[in-house]
Amino acid sequence: MKKQLVTLALGAALGLSASAAFADTLADVQAKGYLQCGVSPSTPGFAAPDANNNWAGLDVDFCRAMAAAIFDDPQAVRFTPLTSKERFTALSSGEIDVLSRTTTWTMSRDTNLGIDFAGVTFYDGQGFMVRKDLGVSSATELSGAAICIEAGTTTELNAADYFSSTGMEYNAVVFEDQDEVVKAYDDGRCDVFTTDSSALAAERLSLANPDENMILPEIISKEPLGPSVRQGDDLWFNITRWVYFALLESEELGITQANVDDMLGSDNPGVRRVLGVEGDFGTAIGLSNDWAYKVIKHVGNYNDIYERHVGANTPVGIERAGSVNDLWTRGGLMYAPPIR
Amino acid sequence: MAKSQEQLQQTRSATSLIYDPKFRSIAFQILLLVGLVVFGWWIVNNTITNLQAQNKTTGFDFLGITSGFNIGFTLIEYDRSSTYFDVFVVGILNTLLVAVIGIILATLLGFTIGIARLSNNWIIARLATVYIEVIRNIPLLLQLFFWYFAVLKTMPAVKDSIEFVTGSVYLNNRGLYVPDPNPNDAFVWVQVAIVAVIIGGFFLHRWARIRQEQTGQRFPFVPVFIASVIVIPAIIWLLSGARIDLDYPILGRFNFAGGIQIPPEFVALLFGLVIYTAAFIAETVRAGILAVNTGQTEAAQSLGLKNSDRLNLVIIPQAMRVIVPPLTSQYLNLTKNSSLAVAIGYPDIVNVFMGTALNQSGKAVEVIFMTMMVYLTLSLFTSVIMNIYNARVALTER
Amino acid sequence: MTDTSFAYVRDEMLDEQPAPATSTGVIGWMKANLFSDIPNTIMTIVGVVFLYWFIPPIFNFLVTHAVFPWSVENTIDACRTEEAGACWIYVVDRFNFFIYGFYPAEEYWRVNICFLLGAVTLVPLLWPDLPYKGLSAIGFFVVLPVATFFLLNGGGFTGLAEVPTEKWGGLTITLIIATVGIVASLPIGIVLALGRRSHMPFVKYVCIAFIELWRAVPLITVLFMASIMLPLFLPEGTSIDKLLRALVGVSLFSAAYMAEVVRGGLQALPKGQYEAADALGLNYFKSMYLIILPQALKHSIPGIVNNFISLFKDTSLVSIVGLFDLLNTVQATTAQVEWKSPHQATTGYLFAAAMFWIFCFGMSRYSMYMERRLDTGHKE
Repeated sequence: MKKQLVTLALGAALGLSASAAFADTLADVQAKGYLQCGVSPSTPGFAAPDANNNWAGLDVDFCRAMAAAIFDDPQAVRFTPLTSKERFTALSSGEIDVLSRTTTWTMSRDTNLGIDFAGVTFYDGQGFMVRKDLGVSSATELSGAAICIEAGTTTELNAADYFSSTGMEYNAVVFEDQDEVVKAYDDGRCDVFTTDSSALAAERLSLANPDENMILPEIISKEPLGPSVRQGDDLWFNITRWVYFALLESEELGITQANVDDMLGSDNPGVRRVLGVEGDFGTAIGLSNDWAYKVIKHVGNYNDIYERHVGANTPVGIERAGSVNDLWTRGGLMYAPPIR
Repeated sequence: MAKSQEQLQQTRSATSLIYDPKFRSIAFQILLLVGLVVFGWWIVNNTITNLQAQNKTTGFDFLGITSGFNIGFTLIEYDRSSTYFDVFVVGILNTLLVAVIGIILATLLGFTIGIARLSNNWIIARLATVYIEVIRNIPLLLQLFFWYFAVLKTMPAVKDSIEFVTGSVYLNNRGLYVPDPNPNDAFVWVQVAIVAVIIGGFFLHRWARIRQEQTGQRFPFVPVFIASVIVIPAIIWLLSGARIDLDYPILGRFNFAGGIQIPPEFVALLFGLVIYTAAFIAETVRAGILAVNTGQTEAAQSLGLKNSDRLNLVIIPQAMRVIVPPLTSQYLNLTKNSSLAVAIGYPDIVNVFMGTALNQSGKAVEVIFMTMMVYLTLSLFTSVIMNIYNARVALTER
Repeated sequence: MTDTSFAYVRDEMLDEQPAPATSTGVIGWMKANLFSDIPNTIMTIVGVVFLYWFIPPIFNFLVTHAVFPWSVENTIDACRTEEAGACWIYVVDRFNFFIYGFYPAEEYWRVNICFLLGAVTLVPLLWPDLPYKGLSAIGFFVVLPVATFFLLNGGGFTGLAEVPTEKWGGLTITLIIATVGIVASLPIGIVLALGRRSHMPFVKYVCIAFIELWRAVPLITVLFMASIMLPLFLPEGTSIDKLLRALVGVSLFSAAYMAEVVRGGLQALPKGQYEAADALGLNYFKSMYLIILPQALKHSIPGIVNNFISLFKDTSLVSIVGLFDLLNTVQATTAQVEWKSPHQATTGYLFAAAMFWIFCFGMSRYSMYMERRLDTGHKE
């Protein structure tokens, strides 16, 4: 009896550890029935638990879009909140299938870490937030300031570069996670809080008195944020990348979550190809032909996602029209190769 | 008869090798060795495969590469163009700084509270007991959070700094600002004098002890030593024209410029470590004093020793034998616990090296190995010192 | 005996007199304990002044000025006033989060059953007068972990909704880590301690190296290693649950400390016990199991419990590797905007401190009780 129970306990412990071979991520994901997605623990607008403790945000919705394409179910995804320190190990060890965590695409990460970036879901740049009563109006006046930074990010390096190139001095106050950084800034430990400007806008709202703080106009870096996958699994990389492109392509063609069912009857060959009415594109990436239809039906196109989480009508409130994040047809940088 | 015994032995060793304890022990050890080697090889092999799959190189070359980030509090010159090795050194020094100061303060506080707990005075003994029972049953990390996040909040902003000595010492939510002493060249003589007096004091102490053992006369070593440590360097100071110029902190646009800034992370970590460890040291001290036989106290009393002599000459020297081994492990604990600095942003080795440097360089294996080696070295070093001390104070059996 | 009587010899006893008023009762006690001499008197005065300075403000903060759910003004605005003390309504509001973490609210009953099961199996184990020790030991060490795992995780044959470990949190996870650490570290520690005292040199040095290595490094580096390096050590593609990794790290770390305590107990046994066991012809395992360990473990009980207490406190470190234990859930809410108030953080920390304190203090009292009870009076 005792021995049996021990065996049972061992089995239970092993049950917690799942094995996933690298070669065929899609097969593994399909076998276990859900997608494991690494997200930021708390970045409002990108990934954060909402009032009902459900994950919500732009990064989260990208994973839901992938789950929709694979399973026809946006809920077939589990989220692993990761600190910036853990994220790459989590991806390369196979703990997660896709990393969608406000991660900046840089050359060293693309080449040294054994990961591939599938695209840019948000063009960001690093900015500064200060208290209004300091009377600062430009980042060039920040010499001698104490700056709160999150450890292990490109932000930390950019700040060092910016201050040394402008010949200014600063005092770095570095914390492990974003929450602590914001808390320390709010408690007055630092004069300046620096991170990606989208996150600045979101975090400002979590301060005790948002109106007493302002974001400085300078953007000191390029931060193209996007999802990444392990190197060496081309099929999985293609799925990730084309789910991303489908979000943009459908927006360009005017397919939205609201009208996607009507669009099935469209005469536009482009629309018909995206929605799988025409052509054989889904099977080429190991999915069904209506993969993009499922994505748009369940999650929406890029604009739907953007406006839902970071757009002007959300608490984060980043206006899209005219920004780099707009479609190329409207002067932005969002551009997808055609699906054909 | 002799022959049959021999035969018996032969048959036994031939038939039942498995029951031979010597053989069994060797076989078991070989088995363990093989098991460990296989296990080790498996791990190394996995690591190499995994690193190759991730396209990562291994080796310690990265130590020479520019780190590219800044550290808020360093004891040596450091900026963004310094190397990862500099980060390593900065981390070790910061860890040692907080550990050494913490050990000194925790010892003082711990001995005070430990003795207070044994006090005849009811209130003092109760206060000490409450302190010990409250502090040691609450996680250190929680106490650090409290000191850093809850207490820091009550500190004033820079503009409303608390000023202690007009124009020189300020306290605000950025830390404590004190004047930075800049000694001139002649000050070197004062430093030489201090070192000389301390070395002299060492020999004086030996001489006094030998004289006491031979003649029974006691030499008032402590007051003489303290007086000479103060008086002799002071005379040299006056004669040599040495001067210390103080660099006062001055309020700039954001922060104070000049002076020495003691960051709140350091203060919070120090407070937390000292208060927590002192509770454990107090218990060690109490146990040590209680371990001294009451007969010793009575003997000292019947010799007519006064209270302070009884403690200094009879009780404490014997109690120290019991106190020192656990005391050392408390010192080691304090040093290891200083790694919790990572939670409140003090740049110790775990925070800057195993945290930031690991993340920016991606050299997980090397960085974690080096960090663990630092702690292992500290621990072994302390053990060696401990063993030497133990050998010296051990009871000489006659 | 002659019957002579002398006038100056008293022949009846005097009545007992009460001791002088200055040496009995309150005054006598005070004289002995508070004012016996001048230094003592000074210390008393210092102590009283200290109490007078600290007790009233603390009491005001915790009770008089604090905001309770039953206070007249029991909204967050009351916490934001200038003179408000501890904001207990914030703790009450977030209480479920502190206990269950992100566990779905409709599934709380599963956690509660586990708590209950733990209590039911633990109490007979700890209460020396209750029978069925073996049964409750099996319950606590075998049934409880298995049942807890299947109940909390759900899925599979249980027919319950699956709740992945990422959603476990709060006091639940603190207790899980502490219990697993305690259950796993004692046997591993005993094996290591026996190995360290083994006559086989290789076994001995392997055990020494293992113990000293773990004892030399801080737990936080062990946890980092478990969370960052462990995936590298295992074959490509094996992924281990975050919680399991922390459990392995905590258990091994604690086992090294346990080994040293058990070794102390083994060393304290007189040599005669080993020789007696050998003389009876018992083999190594039997002599350990029947003679040596029962006595050695009894000697080590205070040390073992002290280790349990440190282990319980150390569980708070898992927050640094991103698990939501009790401390981390509190820490995560101290910045929540809807409860923003001057003493939000302090109140949260006080609550967490009180929870930890109750468990740790309880354990230390229990250890003292067992020490007295097991004291058979055989002291050299």
